[in-house]
Amino acid sequence: MTLTEMKDIAYNGLWKQNPGLVQLLGLCPLLAVSNTLVNAISLGLATTLVMTLSSATVAPVRSYVPNEIRIPVFVLIIAVLVTVVQYLMNAYLYGLYIVLGIFVPLIVTNCIVLARAESFASKNPVLPSAFDGMMMGLGLTAVLTVLGGLREIAGKGTLLSGIDLLFGEQAKAWVIPVIPDYHGFLLAILPPGAFIGLGLIIAAKNWLDLRAAKNISSQPAPETLPEAAQG
Amino acid sequence: MKRIARSSLQTAVNLVFFAIIGTSILSATYYLTRDSIAATVEKAKLKLVSQLLPVGSYDNDIMQDTRTVAADEMLGTDEATLAHIARRDGKPVAVVLEAVAPDGYSGKIALIMAIRPDGSLGGVRVVNHNETPGLGDYIDIAKNDWIKTFDGRSRSLFPDEMWKTRKDGGVFEHTTGATVTPRAVIKAVHRALQYFEAHRDELFVADAQSAKGVRK
Repeated sequence: MTLTEMKDIAYNGLWKQNPGLVQLLGLCPLLAVSNTLVNAISLGLATTLVMTLSSATVAPVRSYVPNEIRIPVFVLIIAVLVTVVQYLMNAYLYGLYIVLGIFVPLIVTNCIVLARAESFASKNPVLPSAFDGMMMGLGLTAVLTVLGGLREIAGKGTLLSGIDLLFGEQAKAWVIPVIPDYHGFLLAILPPGAFIGLGLIIAAKNWLDLRAAKNISSQPAPETLPEAAQG
Repeated sequence: MKRIARSSLQTAVNLVFFAIIGTSILSATYYLTRDSIAATVEKAKLKLVSQLLPVGSYDNDIMQDTRTVAADEMLGTDEATLAHIARRDGKPVAVVLEAVAPDGYSGKIALIMAIRPDGSLGGVRVVNHNETPGLGDYIDIAKNDWIKTFDGRSRSLFPDEMWKTRKDGGVFEHTTGATVTPRAVIKAVHRALQYFEAHRDELFVADAQSAKGVRK
């Protein structure tokens, strides 16, 4: 894996093909658990871990898997990895396990994981595949983080609430009251807030892309509209 | 034809091979984490129970001193639960019961409560709920102290018709705009108290037998 390749993969995952903003894959957890910063980052990192591992596992076995059954095998690999992560969280991060609850097993159904296994890891060697999985995961985590932060500030007026679930009671003091005496804005915490927030972030990204394209060349840039959502 | 059959067979064998590897990894992880998971779940429950029963008010191992409570309509449970008996010097101090309020605003609300032998409540806590954040979730001790209004209350203190929210003519406070949630919790606690009174002897007499079993 050359440095240019690595740069390409990282750029794709974090920005150009960002799963949360451009591919619009894996919206289920994005919308459901991005109501606080801590939840968003936690699920983002859990997804990143699963994506890295699944891509790293799919790549070395790709030549042994007959084409007809590659999807079931990939799903099997992803399901095993997610369940392993779930057991480990249940055993060692119980507070977080309770909060993320159903959404951890749902990583299996997050189509971005399968999408990367199918479109990248099944055609590339182990290292680039693992790196691609990680970068795509981090790209998703970044979007989740921004969205979670926005929704938490707008909805509760705090940041990092619930961090004590990760680091124990003493971490309660780490919660940042961004807007003191805030009465809360329910819409931001409920699912519609996730849609509105995500829409704003996508708009901001497209605006930045258009501005960058204008700056680089005087020629009109080709349309960089996101591909249609697929699930 | 033969070639197709052979290639199908090969594909099937391949899939089975992957399934076996996957299953082995899962079983291994399950066995490796099983004890830690059981320990963390128990610790979480103990932490919850310690909010209901002050440490020192009992001296037995309440995680060991348990009995199975069959599913019951009055408790709202649809599967058997575990009741924990707290005792001091061998005398029962309280029983910790699980109950479910089936009619929350967004589904079931799981409750745990300590009931003293005289039928008064040591305390109630919400274990699990899906109530609207910012509206109905004040039943959760992490959000609000509302659930503490149950402390010390009993059916002998308040007649049955008073086990309602203020709005419905009862004695319990509620927050304007979210009455379905407290109504469900109050009803569930009230029913659990009735269950307790109907089964008090079973809970505490059967007690002696299981205590013998533990000692043995």
